[in-house]
Amino acid sequence: MVQHVAARLDASFAALSDATRRGVLEQLGRADASITVLAEKFNMTLTGMKKHVGVLEQAGLIITEKVGRVRTCKLGRRVLEAEAAWIERYRQLWEARFNELDKVVEELKRKEKVDERKGRR
Amino acid sequence: MNAKGDGESATIKNRTTVERKSERELVVARTFNAPARLVFEAWTKPELLKQWWAPKSFGVSFLSCEADVRTGGTYRFVFGHPASEQPMAFFGKYIEVTPHSRLVWTNDEGGEGGAITTVTFEEGGGETLVVMHDLYPSKEALDAAIASGSTCGFSETFEQLDELLATLGASVGRA
Repeated sequence: MVQHVAARLDASFAALSDATRRGVLEQLGRADASITVLAEKFNMTLTGMKKHVGVLEQAGLIITEKVGRVRTCKLGRRVLEAEAAWIERYRQLWEARFNELDKVVEELKRKEKVDERKGRR
Repeated sequence: MNAKGDGESATIKNRTTVERKSERELVVARTFNAPARLVFEAWTKPELLKQWWAPKSFGVSFLSCEADVRTGGTYRFVFGHPASEQPMAFFGKYIEVTPHSRLVWTNDEGGEGGAITTVTFEEGGGETLVVMHDLYPSKEALDAAIASGSTCGFSETFEQLDELLATLGASVGRA
């Protein structure tokens, strides 16, 4: 699973390195939107937004669908992979913390034993 | 990572699990080989908290660590990270402090989208199961936390995820 995610995330990370594109994903997390609506929301030209949408679509983070004259954007399945990667990183952070916490707790245990021995004397 | 070992190389580390339990909840769990009162102590004394909350392997370090761990008390952690010029501050309030069993605090640095964190300490057979539960105000708030890449605020950008990718790539031999 991790292997699978690692091998396929390169394009996603490049796409996510831009603040506007991350904002677009957040926006699409709330509701699907047309490129026109996104351009307005982010105070951008239609051309500028089309470029961002293109990068996100290439990365598989969103999918677009043209109905009539309106192109609608929605989240793609790669977002779920990005979520899996985020959760893994979050897990690594807590694992690193807890490994340090182990040491603190071991030290407390050791001190308690020493105090017990002293107390018995 | 633990080249020095500190005499703990013989100890097998317990597994840390993380699960998105629902649209609004994230749950972290881990067992410690010690009674709950010692584990609880390490979560509630600032001088102990300081020793483990900012893991060296993540490149973060404490600039200051204030925690008045009692119901109604506040905390403020300030971290430095080489990738970030600005120090990062995390703060909030302890809503509940029940010795050796339960801690609840708010995460106020992110404004209204902040989670409520509940930590429970459950002792059994000399071991303590610690379960940390983050409840976000909405699905959108948790999604936003994930989308912004703020793994508990340590990485403000997805650039740090590139490092993860490199780590993952290395650990699986870049298949």
